[in-house]
Amino acid sequence: MKELNRKFFIFNIILIIVLGLTVKNDYYLSLITYIMINAVLASGLNILLGYAGIISLCQAAFFGIGAYLSGILTVHYSFSPLLTVLIGIVATFFVAFIIGYPALKLHGHYLAMATLGFGMIIYIFANELDMFTGGPSGLVGIPYFSIFGFEFDNEMKNFILFATIYLISLVFLELFDKSFISYDFRFIRESEHASSAFGINFKKEKVLLFAVIAAYSSMIGSFYAFYSQFISPSSIGINYSIEILAMAIIGGLGTTYGGIVGAVIISLIPEVFASFEDYEIIIYGGILAFCIIFFPYGIVGFFKRLKIAKN
Amino acid sequence: MQFLYSGLTTGSIYTLVAIGFNIIYNTTGIINFAQGEFVMLGGMFIYTALHFLNFPIYISFIVALISAFILGMIAERIFFNSIKIKTEINLITITLALAIILRGASMIIWGRDSLKVDPYITEKTVAMPGGVLTTSSLLVIVVSIVVAIILSFFFKFTKYGKAFRACHNDPYAASNCGINVNKIKMLSFAIAATIGCIAGILITPITFVTYNDGIMTGLKGFSAAIFGGLGRFSGAIVGGYFLAIAESFFASILPSGYKDAFAFIILLIILFALPNGILGKKKAERV
Repeated sequence: MKELNRKFFIFNIILIIVLGLTVKNDYYLSLITYIMINAVLASGLNILLGYAGIISLCQAAFFGIGAYLSGILTVHYSFSPLLTVLIGIVATFFVAFIIGYPALKLHGHYLAMATLGFGMIIYIFANELDMFTGGPSGLVGIPYFSIFGFEFDNEMKNFILFATIYLISLVFLELFDKSFISYDFRFIRESEHASSAFGINFKKEKVLLFAVIAAYSSMIGSFYAFYSQFISPSSIGINYSIEILAMAIIGGLGTTYGGIVGAVIISLIPEVFASFEDYEIIIYGGILAFCIIFFPYGIVGFFKRLKIAKN
Repeated sequence: MQFLYSGLTTGSIYTLVAIGFNIIYNTTGIINFAQGEFVMLGGMFIYTALHFLNFPIYISFIVALISAFILGMIAERIFFNSIKIKTEINLITITLALAIILRGASMIIWGRDSLKVDPYITEKTVAMPGGVLTTSSLLVIVVSIVVAIILSFFFKFTKYGKAFRACHNDPYAASNCGINVNKIKMLSFAIAATIGCIAGILITPITFVTYNDGIMTGLKGFSAAIFGGLGRFSGAIVGGYFLAIAESFFASILPSGYKDAFAFIILLIILFALPNGILGKKKAERV
């Protein structure tokens, strides 16, 4: 087993502490929080796509299931926030399991289309079930996240909450990368037949991984709903799924930090090009196409290869 | 019965989109996620030619079709031919990127509003047993069936059609037989874009056109293609009409907002149960 990359952890912890102490502007704090949310989602997709070769265009839908469940249960039925997060995780795990079981028999284009179709169904239901979801105008009045009477009611507290989640997922990401499970998945990606000949139950492992990542996305979705106190169909649509995919690919598939690097870059685009709001979507597409044509291994993958070539 | 007739109109469009998917799939093995965007662009082109440049109607058709053909060629050259590592994930992502770029560009060029084109022939309703059909709908149905028949003859019986199919079966063997595989691939994108454009031209007087119409049209066309078996023209026709008629039937008994969700539920059921489609006979994608 390889050693864990301690430098990167320490770098991240220091960076977050420094940012937390120096950034006093609420807007910039919320921007960093969004980047961390995206980074966790993109890293999840990176594990699915980069290690196991499972393409999923419905990560935003799983994110949305968590967000909407938490929102609906707290707004209409006054559940306690922590309980709704757990309900979201369990519910999404089962939904992803039920969808994943038949879907993961498909590959490539077929799987992409199946997950895209599932994402569309969730999006349409979020729009149409307006009794619960508030329809296209969204669900308002979601309370802040609170645990044992402690309420996360300002930017700083939420920043600390999301930073904790982010750092914990970094640890899991590293542990996953260095564990034998990740080698199993790489083996499955290369050849399902060969891996099954070696005694790996690839169907079970793929479906489980899919469901675990979905549940994880759902958890982030729940926290996001409490954080922004509002959720609308437009934030869980196909475009967001494609954005997450773009983050994972631009960062570099199959690299531990690809999702994070991609999330930082993609999330900063609207800030950098604030005056070209209409061009934003073209810029996403352009960067994505450019990256696939010229940096097929993503940014992290490119530097990794450069390093290997030097040695 | 009325749902049957409204289903026939949308079914013709789904059929054309599905055929567009099939053409590219049959020569390159790629599913072009941007196919729906070409339909949207067809509507945009005809709007521009008719109402902005004030061309006469036939010239407008030709201009729109030629623009789509050229755009298809350019898209293939820039986006597909230049990829060095042709993994499935890269190919899927590049078509998604193309779709995003086309959508974004048309939002900037034509704005966010729905654009309207006058009917190409005088609007009349034709009484049919159990319902009515407008002349515009009739035009859509007739033209798409004619296009479908011409294309299936082209691919089955002509020399060039055979070259297209040879490229998918074995590109190396095809190039050894003197087929310019590179050119054929480019042409397949161009033809698919043109077919999408025809669908867009036909549907625009009936439903208008907005910059983000492409996603829905594309996904439904894909559902139709999958339903009938990817790569089969007869399958595209069967799938397109079945999907549209079923959809308008469900729209008549359920709240209409769920109509689109229904199409995707069919898509999932078909993908899970019969990934080859009902008319498919090719080897399954599943392992």
